[in-house]
Amino acid sequence: MNEVIDPRSVDRPNSYIGKSVPRPNARKLVEGRGQFVDDIVLPRMVHAAFVRSPHAHARILRIDAAEALGMPGVLRVLTGKDLEPHCEPWVATLAHLKGMKSAPQRPLPIERATWAGEPVAAVVAESRAAAEDALARVRVDYEPLPAAVDMETALAPGTPVIHPELGDNLCFQRVNETGKVDDAFARAHRIVEATFHTGRHTGATLEPRSILADFNRASGKLTVYHSTQAPHMMQSVFAKHMRLAEGDVRVICGDVGGSYGIKVHVYPDEVAVAVIARLMGRPVKFVADRLESFASDIHARDHRIKARMAVDADGRILAIDVDDLTGIGPYSVYPRTSAVEGNQVVNLVGGPYDFPNFRAKTTVVFQNKTPTCQYRAVGHPIATTVTEGLVDLAAEAVGLDPVELRRRNLMRDDSYPRTSPAGMKFEGLSHIASLDKLLAMMDYAGLRAEQARLRERGIHRGIGFASFIELTNPSPFMYGIGGARISAQDGCTVRIDPDGSVMAATGVTEQGQGTEAVIRQIVAEAVGVPIAEVRVITGDTLTTPYGGGTWACRGTGIGGEAALQAGLAVKAATLKVAGAMLQAQPDALDLVDGHIVEKRSGQARMPLAELARIVYFRGDTLPPDLPRELMQTRHFITKEYPFAFTNGVQACWLEVDVETGLVTLLKHWCVEDCGRIVNPLLVDEQVRGGIVQGIGGALYEHCIYSPEGQLMVGSMADYLVPMAAEMPDIEVGHVETPTKESLLGAKGAGEAGTAGAPAALMNAINDALRPFGAKVLAQPFTPERILAALGKVPARWPAPAPTVAAGSPAHGAGSARAEGFWTRLFGRRGT
Amino acid sequence: MSTQVDITLTVNGERVSRRVEARRHLVDFLRLDLGLMGTHTGCEHGVCGACTVRVDGRIVRGCLVLAASLDGASVETIEGLSDTGEIRDLQEAFVARNACQCGYCTPGMLITAADLLRARPQPTRAEIREHLSGNYCRCTGYHAIVDAVEATARRRNGKAGP
Repeated sequence: MNEVIDPRSVDRPNSYIGKSVPRPNARKLVEGRGQFVDDIVLPRMVHAAFVRSPHAHARILRIDAAEALGMPGVLRVLTGKDLEPHCEPWVATLAHLKGMKSAPQRPLPIERATWAGEPVAAVVAESRAAAEDALARVRVDYEPLPAAVDMETALAPGTPVIHPELGDNLCFQRVNETGKVDDAFARAHRIVEATFHTGRHTGATLEPRSILADFNRASGKLTVYHSTQAPHMMQSVFAKHMRLAEGDVRVICGDVGGSYGIKVHVYPDEVAVAVIARLMGRPVKFVADRLESFASDIHARDHRIKARMAVDADGRILAIDVDDLTGIGPYSVYPRTSAVEGNQVVNLVGGPYDFPNFRAKTTVVFQNKTPTCQYRAVGHPIATTVTEGLVDLAAEAVGLDPVELRRRNLMRDDSYPRTSPAGMKFEGLSHIASLDKLLAMMDYAGLRAEQARLRERGIHRGIGFASFIELTNPSPFMYGIGGARISAQDGCTVRIDPDGSVMAATGVTEQGQGTEAVIRQIVAEAVGVPIAEVRVITGDTLTTPYGGGTWACRGTGIGGEAALQAGLAVKAATLKVAGAMLQAQPDALDLVDGHIVEKRSGQARMPLAELARIVYFRGDTLPPDLPRELMQTRHFITKEYPFAFTNGVQACWLEVDVETGLVTLLKHWCVEDCGRIVNPLLVDEQVRGGIVQGIGGALYEHCIYSPEGQLMVGSMADYLVPMAAEMPDIEVGHVETPTKESLLGAKGAGEAGTAGAPAALMNAINDALRPFGAKVLAQPFTPERILAALGKVPARWPAPAPTVAAGSPAHGAGSARAEGFWTRLFGRRGT
Repeated sequence: MSTQVDITLTVNGERVSRRVEARRHLVDFLRLDLGLMGTHTGCEHGVCGACTVRVDGRIVRGCLVLAASLDGASVETIEGLSDTGEIRDLQEAFVARNACQCGYCTPGMLITAADLLRARPQPTRAEIREHLSGNYCRCTGYHAIVDAVEATARRRNGKAGP
């Protein structure tokens, strides 16, 4: 019986699942009355600032703090040696990623700095300004060392090995293979081949990374106010590496000013702050400034992917073969590791399509740049760019419309459950229904006609598509089986209070997605109270059930199901008490809109507040052996499927100015199937925000490095992010295929936009450039790169052109053509 | 660095006098000296717009204005604009339309949007996008913000919102 979440029930009292209910915590945010970490001021609080390495790779010979210590307001200067006795180093590997290796990392390095921007010493002062003043007076003698910067040469002889004890700069390598790939290419009608680059970029959260750590020497307890996505994980990390009991560490996560994966990692400067707080016995605050955010927040998506696809004469995909290379900086990032992004690429390439032969290799290498790790839609935009880029090349090669080629190859909606060639288990997806809905929303035929008309006037518009899958609701197969103390289960406690109001404490966290709103809707409906009666507590390891937090699109699917089950349990417990009070069978009663009612007639029998008053204050009037458990906790973990996959398709409509190379985005569409939608308003804004974040990486954002390993973008004036004027209106539609793993049926919704947008945008640009035979495959698609593809300016980077062949070029042949900067499409021969 | 300047100014309608370091910018003054935490620091380069406040009726980047230059000025922050109710309808539209996710950019975004609606009561979507293009929002993708500003303009002009 699925009564609780049947969307047909949305018009009965206190039915909130499926409705666009505003967020309860939004009012304080629009009045500037939220509380972010930097808004918290504690007695005797001091401020940390960090001396950061100016070299990509250097030996630290000596740190002289004497002059800095003489500056006004300066209290301490601490180095790696000072912190070493008080903090265990960490090594970020996962056991299930076979052969993965990384080096021990400390809050501050002792011997060597390994990227420009790595923190090497901390200054603690009475104000942040005083701490910053003193940074310049800390004298660090460095011996610059040769740096391994270019990921393409990371494994080449002669490249410095960053961690000699590891033997080489290889972090992880994996080949994922199914079927007979070489045979398929040998008998292909057409082979398309291309090399894609997804530019290294970063999250640029508007609120920088922020932490305020307070250690009470008398109680021995560490309290950390942290802008994070995973308070329980951080509790475990602080406890383990500072040698504290988990119970002596409390992590409090209030309002978080954007995270997108950036704030789910362990950063050495943040651990240093916690250690320093313990050493000093007073609160220490650190808030990164914008320059240090660019140099020390994790980066992501620094991939070069050689890829090819074999198709038959009908445009059926026979095989996909992918060789991915990614540079992750000098350390794998703790505790999720920096191999997961590459691993996702080899798991997700080809994801929407039905084809038999698959090979994907990822090679993850160390380099002297800022570490990379999981960022919104981890690996998805890369896999989708490669897949959808190949699909469009294949459509062109066999003379099919890109929509038709997709329709011939997408997994059919009635073909589930099934397993993809990459080994992903799909419970139920809706690629074809999503595509049909998208085409209707966008008026595809009309747009094609408009495109043709405008081309005659020298206006070049393009339409690009991207089907995608999105991995959500992860089980322990993501991290737990690899040994990481990252919870895949989550819990919720629901309590009825004496006034009949309801408290829900959840292990999932809020960073603006609307977690509190969604939990509130679910609990209100499950218990049977008006939504205004529910208040939600998140982000505190002391007061919420143990859980993983919010990442990998698990908040609603995992945390929401726990809330639903806890709410239903409270309702059942309440009706048991009500039955005793009203001399009725509990199952003849219901709890609706805050009243105990007769289920059959709907007649009100008693307000919930009256029941609660009696339970809490006049328990003597109830039967002695009657259970009165008006607080229930439930936990949820997925069991049958390692992940619940969301799917969908996006389309992008844009114009390319072929004289300037500027791209004007005109419209973007997305149809997403995230299963049961709890709050359509919030889901749509997750999709829209995600799309724009994907557009950012595809069009503007780039962490550019000099050959010496210096980050060349240090402010928001030179690292461009999407702003309102350049972004299009975005239409969002839905298909709902609930997961049967849970009663709620919700899958994740937050990363799909980012997963598909870059690919749709790339295909649209290349569609606009089609009359010129030009293509861009390296993100970000800057005006310069577009003009280079058009042959109007020289190219400054290797941009091998995509190729189409009738034969079977040896794998990796794309690199032999890397000197060809001009886009060319050749070899339209054969039958 | 240590030069101190005495200033007396009006902040959200209240007179305040402080001795400030010459280098202290307006955001730090509001946050650290007055405890007004609604104004946020985003980049301190004048690019992101998170610290947008009103000085003598005009919007400014708080990180690019020195407190020492504000003797005699009138400063309005999100707290003040909330308490007077001046932008209540705009705030309600932001909540209703979910035009605010993490909320970090929101105070600056609201003050910039209010500035637009004072100057151009019936802006087009393109004008709204243009006016807001100095305020960075990483969460929403801007569409909902544009909707909320547009709806507020319509309501103020006596038309039903979408």
